[in-house]
Amino acid sequence: MVKSNGQAGLAADDVDVRQAVAAPRRPWTAFATPAIGKGVRALSRLLKHGGSAFPGKIVEQVDPGFLARTLAQLPLGVVLVSGTNGKTTTTRMVASMLRSLGLKVFTNPTGSNFTRGVVSALLTEVSMGGRLDADIAVLELDEAYAVHFVRQVRPRYALLLNVMRDQLDRFGEIDNTARLLSHVAETTTGTVVLNREDPRIARLADVVPSRTGVYYFGLSDDLRPFFPTDDDMHRKDAGADAATAEGAKPDRPVRPALPALPADVVLTKVGDHHADFLMDGRVYSTDVRLEGVYNLFNAAAALAVVRAVAADAIDAAGVIGKDIHPTDDDLIAAVAEVTPAFGRGESIDVNGTEVELLLVKNPMGFRLALTSFDPAGHDTMIVINDEYADGRDMSWLWDVDFTGLRGTGVGMVSGVRAWDMALRLGYDEVAVGDVDPDIDAAVDAFLAKDGGRPKRIYCTYTSMLKVRAHLGRIADVADAGVGRE
Amino acid sequence: MTNEASTPGVEAVASSVASAERRPIDVMSLYPNDMNIYGDSGNVLVIRRRLALYGYEPVMHYYNQGDAWPERVDMILGGGGQDSGQGKIIDDFFTRADLLRSLAADGVPMLMICGMYQLFGEYFETSEGRRLDGIGVIGAYTVGQDVRMIGNLVERSDDFGDVIGYENHSGQTFLRDGVAPLGRVDADGRGNNGEDHTEGARVNNVIGTYMHGSLLPKNPKIADFLITKAVERRYGVFEPRVTEDARAELDRLEKFASEARRVAAGRPR
Repeated sequence: MVKSNGQAGLAADDVDVRQAVAAPRRPWTAFATPAIGKGVRALSRLLKHGGSAFPGKIVEQVDPGFLARTLAQLPLGVVLVSGTNGKTTTTRMVASMLRSLGLKVFTNPTGSNFTRGVVSALLTEVSMGGRLDADIAVLELDEAYAVHFVRQVRPRYALLLNVMRDQLDRFGEIDNTARLLSHVAETTTGTVVLNREDPRIARLADVVPSRTGVYYFGLSDDLRPFFPTDDDMHRKDAGADAATAEGAKPDRPVRPALPALPADVVLTKVGDHHADFLMDGRVYSTDVRLEGVYNLFNAAAALAVVRAVAADAIDAAGVIGKDIHPTDDDLIAAVAEVTPAFGRGESIDVNGTEVELLLVKNPMGFRLALTSFDPAGHDTMIVINDEYADGRDMSWLWDVDFTGLRGTGVGMVSGVRAWDMALRLGYDEVAVGDVDPDIDAAVDAFLAKDGGRPKRIYCTYTSMLKVRAHLGRIADVADAGVGRE
Repeated sequence: MTNEASTPGVEAVASSVASAERRPIDVMSLYPNDMNIYGDSGNVLVIRRRLALYGYEPVMHYYNQGDAWPERVDMILGGGGQDSGQGKIIDDFFTRADLLRSLAADGVPMLMICGMYQLFGEYFETSEGRRLDGIGVIGAYTVGQDVRMIGNLVERSDDFGDVIGYENHSGQTFLRDGVAPLGRVDADGRGNNGEDHTEGARVNNVIGTYMHGSLLPKNPKIADFLITKAVERRYGVFEPRVTEDARAELDRLEKFASEARRVAAGRPR
């Protein structure tokens, strides 16, 4: 009852989107839309207008059918990727793997995971005649915007990753977030790929239309404890002994055994930059360049959807004018080539010191990052902001277990909410070196410590932008998170 | 370290005092599996840690629906939940209603956040007019509304000074005449109901509130109030035995908390 109206300002929730897929309205000026959009884009760049989505806004107003009409040209349709954690990296993986298979892929740039961002990105790609030169689109969409998107464009493939407590002040409650994703599942025309380990996601199979296929990706039994679901995480808080450094205390099962849904791709083994995947009864072993254990599970998700696309691409050879016959070995080779995205474990050389940046957005992501990266051998810094994009509510920090940092301590804590973070570490009995809310000063002081010892910085979204901008002033760092990959 | 925690869900934590005399305090986290959204487990951690620093031995009980009720309970902490979580605990909650009422009347300190605050009231009426009963420990009732009250919040309390936190709820709670709020807010559109400038409630040693963030880390006065009441009820008098190390740790936490309070009070809603 407390969150009986958990829906925070999203009118889309109760609309039956199956009926709502709009017939694209084509204004008589439609022929000019690419030109108008490109013009606005050039102008806004010239004027250094901040928002990269601005041209998209103009086009949405003058030609609301542009998005659907343009994407409808794609012979293999649209792959929609959504979920709380791992969207960006997984989208990048899917796009990169499809390119390795020889397909021309359109994808939205990092961070523009809303419909307007997609429109803006399309404007840079279409010809003046409105033609999009691609075989398939791979689009990352935030859970709420995914609903807006599927009202305009039915995806051929949907990859739904997980539902976690993330910015609850925006989405209400996680059951509600799952409901948003169910609109995606029920409008997908070809194949829906679901995480069988997340009960709220696996349950979405119930709403998938009868002619749409359902595939799952999953984990082997022994790996499940490494990848707790949202429910597991809270169960662990509830029962485990957080006062012991080793963490999990199996006085109750971490998760009740699920009736095993048949998974298309199963992650069966994880190692340092290494993973095993089980597909069709055969184990494929590969090295990867991705950082962090959780990205290996994202790779299983990407593999599952790419397999579905590859199967269709063979049938569609005539339409796309290419003969594509990838084997699972080819797909695994494609996984091996994917590189980390902005803020997802990238490593930057700052005047001879290795600095690793990790984006943390929610308790689960933070937890997975802390368990994925051994603190030994690195100096650790944490930067917490509370701007809208980070989430205003600091409660989430109390859902993260920091006891793994007791051995090394945290050298520097920064950001607007540095003191909240220090307080959190204090109650987990973690030593705190310095606290300085000023990010630039804190980064300088942190980098000056211990000479060239490797550094690791955990940042929320807006603090990541600030840290990168500052590093860019003192070293050669690629532009932060905007533009194409 | 003494550890008598052989039963699942029960655990003892070493106290930081090197004394032969054990002074256990039994702390219950109520329905942690389903009612601990928004970092409510932070409150449990703060109580446990501060008890240990004061030289008491926190014995933690994580009570979920269907579990056996422990022999002894000196303090109860409850949190917020989603609709689905409340649905799961409600039957069990009613079977424990008499027990909870008698413990509250007997002076057991309790902290009930958000959803559990509402369930400790008389009833909740949804915006569709459906009425759900609470257990009536707190003379208050809640009605559903479409507007959410959400954001950083500072309230002024006679007993605890400024209480700093973050609210996020759509139910409007109204206190019965004579029921004291936990604190008062300065503006409309926040607090219990957005209208009368009250926030939370205080009945005997039971505190109900919409504040999380988590509440207790940034409001150690409330944590120490709950601890003092629990200890006094069990041992007659609160006698902290604080080692030098524990004193340094309490000072560190105090410094972090006061800075975090200062920053939080100045942040946009």
